Amino acid sequence: MPAVQETVERVKRIDVDQYRYGFETLIESDKAPKGLSEETVKFISEKKNEPAWMLQWRLEAYRRWLTMTEPTWARVDYPKIDFQDLYYYAAPKPKKTVTSLDEIDPEILKTYEKLGIPLREVAMLEGVEPKPGEEDPARRKIAVDAVFDSVSVATTFKAELKKAGVIFMPISEAIREHPELVQKYLGSVVPTSDNFYATLNSAVFSDGSFVYVPPGVRCPMELSTYFRINERNTGQFERTLIIADKGSYVSYLEGCTAPQRDENQLHAAVVELVAHDDAEIKYSTVQNWYPGNSEGKGGIYNFVTKRGDCRGNNSKISWTQVETGSAITWKYPSCILRGDNSRGEFYSIAISNGFQQVDSGTKMIHLGKNTSSRIISKGIAAGKSQNTYRGLVTAHRKATGARNFTACDSLLIGDKCGAHTVPYIEAKNSSATFEHEATTSKISEDVLFYCVQRGLSQEEAVGLVVNGFVKDVLQQLPMEFAVEAQKLISISLEGSVG
Amino acid sequence: MALLEVKDLKVRVEEREILHGLTLTVNEGEIHAIMGPNGSGKSTLSHVIAGKPGYEVTDGQILFKGEDLLEMAPEERAAKGVFLAFQYPVEIPGVTTMNFLRTALNAQRKARGESELMVPDFLKKVREVSKSLNIPQDMLKRGVNVGFSGGEKKRNEVLQMALFEPSLCILDEMDSGLDIDALRIAADGVNALHSPKRAMVVITHYQRLLNYIVPDVVHVMSKGRVVKSGGKELALELEESGYTQFEDAA
Repeated sequence: MPAVQETVERVKRIDVDQYRYGFETLIESDKAPKGLSEETVKFISEKKNEPAWMLQWRLEAYRRWLTMTEPTWARVDYPKIDFQDLYYYAAPKPKKTVTSLDEIDPEILKTYEKLGIPLREVAMLEGVEPKPGEEDPARRKIAVDAVFDSVSVATTFKAELKKAGVIFMPISEAIREHPELVQKYLGSVVPTSDNFYATLNSAVFSDGSFVYVPPGVRCPMELSTYFRINERNTGQFERTLIIADKGSYVSYLEGCTAPQRDENQLHAAVVELVAHDDAEIKYSTVQNWYPGNSEGKGGIYNFVTKRGDCRGNNSKISWTQVETGSAITWKYPSCILRGDNSRGEFYSIAISNGFQQVDSGTKMIHLGKNTSSRIISKGIAAGKSQNTYRGLVTAHRKATGARNFTACDSLLIGDKCGAHTVPYIEAKNSSATFEHEATTSKISEDVLFYCVQRGLSQEEAVGLVVNGFVKDVLQQLPMEFAVEAQKLISISLEGSVG
Repeated sequence: MALLEVKDLKVRVEEREILHGLTLTVNEGEIHAIMGPNGSGKSTLSHVIAGKPGYEVTDGQILFKGEDLLEMAPEERAAKGVFLAFQYPVEIPGVTTMNFLRTALNAQRKARGESELMVPDFLKKVREVSKSLNIPQDMLKRGVNVGFSGGEKKRNEVLQMALFEPSLCILDEMDSGLDIDALRIAADGVNALHSPKRAMVVITHYQRLLNYIVPDVVHVMSKGRVVKSGGKELALELEESGYTQFEDAA
């Protein structure tokens, strides 16, 4: 497969300690004072020109947060975070109101260039249409709502989406322009009291994406957002809300990279999805936050709450994630299967190398009748990392005919890493059918030797074996992401064999 | 011309010496059989030639086409034309045989400074080769050796041998785990690949395989040395009288 080759070549070009996206952009920024207080919350709300109800909502969350303590049940270990020593808001200082790309700070555009945002997207950003005849399935249209630090700097393809009736905009704008939708749905999947990090996010979230797809509409393009942390000591609190109304369909892609840092950076995002009757949401993530250096220093702390609500009958929500970065990952994209015959899916590749710690998995909560869910999790641990799958599958008393299939496979590279599987299964009615399969394997010396005997280098061999291991999940990604993900997988495992 | 020259080779595994000064010369186009009881060092020899980690060469040398093989990484040896057919070929789930073949072939070509084969050329080549060896196309679409029978695994080794066109093929206990029909098919494949430029080293426990692959030279190994070499009749002699007669000689 050419992609494998490409991956491998890319790996070769990278030195051990050189994180490809480790650079900083020098732009002036507009910061909230350090630390967290009601004043910080008010400062953020004011910066965003928010209506009073939004400020109230944030303040309630903040007061709630003060009463909460950090969860400690995950298999991750890190020094205590001093929440008063962080900045909770940073925005590039706007020179003037941005109406076109030409007006965007060239420094910011350069950053995107360095990030290697695919050419087709640059073309999109510049409004260049591919020539007729050159269209292939990998070149589907992608609308990019680019998040730079905390403020969205460019939104493209608004017009085409508008024609379809799809609302896709920064959530800060949606709060002002579509308050009725935001008020109805914000916090309806992840309530402000949900958990320590989600509550913190509710108080101080800076920006994120908002999507509404009206009844019967199939969103005409993949929606994609690039997140990027770029401010020293700044917590990043993204908030995303996606609503698929009756009979609609939307596919959303999220990808992250972050610059190299010595200090740890806190990232606590919240994503809420709502699918009404017969609607479908596909949410894909490729996560590549800075994982820390070869001694385990630095790296992003990623405490994320992602949850989808299959609110309507016959609705479907599908999460696909490729997690390669972060020093610490604490993340459980979940589905509440409320509507009858609704379906939840979770496809995950979680890779840890160096000193990374991953505690990730999903929750499938079966409430409606004949609901079904499927979990395919592939954990790969290398270096001195720890990789835990933690998953809950539960069937409510009324969830007759609930079905789940879970397959958790772990692959170990080397003998200093760990893979752990922690499944929780609860069936409160006798008609539920839950299946759980788990395997743990090691890339054996024999397999590597077989490959090198046939001419592959060690790194090519590992790349090939790992890409084979995760194939089932990669196939779930939209094609353009699958290729990038394949590259990332090999890059993040670089140097894992001696 | 000498293709492979093993000179006074001494090899250790975890402090224990396995090969105690082994010497062997294989010329282009020759078929050599290496026979011997379990633990005589046959597989160690094949692993050291191919460059498997875990073996320490304490003395002697291995020359391949006049070059020092021990200085090369295993993948370089492969690109230079050393092919080891495994006794137990490994399974690689999720990687189709076709993908594996292409990745490996192109890695070798690249190492030799040749251009990589584009997909259509590669497919054409694989189809030709697999057809000549009677290998069904559907085998190529399956994961590498995943769910293959013993016979299919060995045929997959023969297919790779045909595709990579090595100048030295080492067949490590090719007959293990094969019934007589599968053995015949695999051996036919090997015979079809024998050429005046390509040498074969057949490592085997039993004379049985040598009914199908007829050697020019037979070596008997015992306790880490070649204790006797001769023509193909030596194999028959061994079948009659067993290996015990050589144990003292070692």
